[in-house]
Amino acid sequence: MRVHGRLRGTMTNDTDPVLAEDPITGEEIELPADVEVGEIIDSPVTGTELEVISLDPVVLEEAPELEEDWGE
Amino acid sequence: MQIGILYSRIRKDEKLLLGELRERGHEVAKIDVRKERFGLESTTADVADLDLVVDRCLSTSRSLYATKFLDSYGVPVINSPETGDVCADKAKNSLALAEAEIPTPATEVAFTKETAMEAIEEFGYPCVLKPVVGSWGRLMAKIDTQNAAEAILEHKETLGHYEHKVFYIQEFVDKPGRDIRVLAVDGDPVAAMTRTSDHWLTNAAKGGETASFDLDDRALDLVERASEAVGGGMLGVDLMEVGGTGSGEYTVHEVNHTVEFKALDAASEVDVPARVVDWLEAKAAAAADGKEVTA
Repeated sequence: MRVHGRLRGTMTNDTDPVLAEDPITGEEIELPADVEVGEIIDSPVTGTELEVISLDPVVLEEAPELEEDWGE
Repeated sequence: MQIGILYSRIRKDEKLLLGELRERGHEVAKIDVRKERFGLESTTADVADLDLVVDRCLSTSRSLYATKFLDSYGVPVINSPETGDVCADKAKNSLALAEAEIPTPATEVAFTKETAMEAIEEFGYPCVLKPVVGSWGRLMAKIDTQNAAEAILEHKETLGHYEHKVFYIQEFVDKPGRDIRVLAVDGDPVAAMTRTSDHWLTNAAKGGETASFDLDDRALDLVERASEAVGGGMLGVDLMEVGGTGSGEYTVHEVNHTVEFKALDAASEVDVPARVVDWLEAKAAAAADGKEVTA
């Protein structure tokens, strides 16, 4: 996938790591190349759980808090 | 085939599943249930052309409602809402196992602090108090004394959601430091592992150490029957050994309907997502033919 221009994050192609902006610190962080929308990423900066909201552009948000009925 | 994945959070488990499905050339539609609405006759989710929808909702409430609605539209869903309904509630789960004459820990439900205390005193100490809905070992209490029992019951009655006033009390099973998780599809085991911990809770989510486990005939029989008892599907069947390690006697304490399998995939030599997708392909083909299939 190619993205023209950078908003809050950037994808280059399917094998390169994906760069995105940490929504809490504003720092640039690296995501796995196979990252999925809906995936939860631990911020390498703060350890906060971040949810991948979109890939084009790459947008992260702080993930929802764990709820009582979550599980398997 | 076209497969829908109901989700609200993509865990490692879903990534494994998505990877296997795509590798085999299946079209995958990820359906984030948080973005959809479900009406009495139709949904905003684009499900009309899907051969099968796999429920991977992390939230039990969303799982139960979303699968119920999809089922009502005639969309084939794994697991069925009926299976989800039984598995999501520990009391219903215990009843289903008992009704099928599957060994399961002695359990009582009480609705007031007083009757719960009576049940606890009858079980004796230690015994276990669990929320009827919940997972990953959260909010489970091993009760060692009367004082602890009184305090926990009061806290639950005062602070909890109404479901916490359904007191689910269970005998404490003195397992040999481990329990057994089996991933089964319609009763056919895909892989099994032990979860070992010094803590009384051995869940992988609680940090239990995992190791591959070979099921004996007794365990195979119990897994098959436990699956049938809750309506079949892709399930995580949890067993404890009674009478010590390798005794060959088990009690089935729980069956999970949105089973996580990343730990099992890592612990076992079985390619778990591949086996799961084999089964999903068979289920989708059977649904297309309008007939049931078993593993």
